[in-house]
Amino acid sequence: MKPLRRRPGRWLAAALVLLTAAALAATSLWTRLEKDGVHDPLGPAIGVLQQPGEALESLPRDSAGNQVNWVKAIDSGAINPRTNILPETKVRVPDKDMIIARYGSMPAVKFPHRQHTLWLDCANCHDHLFKAEAGANRFSMMAILNGEQCGLCHGAVAFPLTECNRCHSVSNASLPPRTAR
Amino acid sequence: MKRLRWIGLAACLWLQPQAHAEYGDVVLNKRSDQQGMRPVVFPHWFHRIRFRCKVCHQELGFKMRAGANDVQMSDIIDGKFCGMCHNDRIAWGPDRCDLCHSALPRTPAGIVGGAQTSGPGRW
Repeated sequence: MKPLRRRPGRWLAAALVLLTAAALAATSLWTRLEKDGVHDPLGPAIGVLQQPGEALESLPRDSAGNQVNWVKAIDSGAINPRTNILPETKVRVPDKDMIIARYGSMPAVKFPHRQHTLWLDCANCHDHLFKAEAGANRFSMMAILNGEQCGLCHGAVAFPLTECNRCHSVSNASLPPRTAR
Repeated sequence: MKRLRWIGLAACLWLQPQAHAEYGDVVLNKRSDQQGMRPVVFPHWFHRIRFRCKVCHQELGFKMRAGANDVQMSDIIDGKFCGMCHNDRIAWGPDRCDLCHSALPRTPAGIVGGAQTSGPGRW
């Protein structure tokens, strides 16, 4: 008597779990425009605009943001976005690595200029965000989380601030003890 | 009772709307709604496949903060801001209104798409 009475619930639960798993498996990493909650599904742009999945599927994968490793996308040659429109624009790509260490509980930050200048121009950050001089800047995670400094891009279009270790990537022990700030 | 709770949880997961815009999508709506147009959706992902950030944020002069740019249609038609490319030569021209003005009416302006912090700043 008892097992029989229990069965319907069990079957219903199993079916729901299976359906959910199937739905998750079938879900693309990218939402279609007409379902993204921003585009008007009845507007004439749907059907003309490129779908994110269509464009991003073949690019190097990441686990955050657009699910695309954008630096790898350029480095691997998967994309080669234009660097300038005006012929007279000078394309500047300095590549020096900067280490920002406070010897606190977090590993030090390595800021690689190369991965940034691949996309950005010097003037996008210098000097209104950061002085172009090692040690001259005061960084604050509070400001960054508020969308200032690095947070102007990271957390909005560049990889999000939940990816702590991508920036905090240099063990303090590997650095000369308390030299530069 | 316990089982019912699990079924409820599974049902919630199943029914939960999965809609979210792409990371870095920006909705522009300073004037669109007021002037009877759909707001604009600017997809960063689409543009950065084709152009590096510096093209728009350096050469074209777009400030790197959602809401900080005052983009007027008249400027675009004159070849400024979006109009630098959206001119029927590099990309579709400003007469294709609905391709950019494609958001649901009354979508608030700002950066959407699941940015996980309060970035990009106070604006």
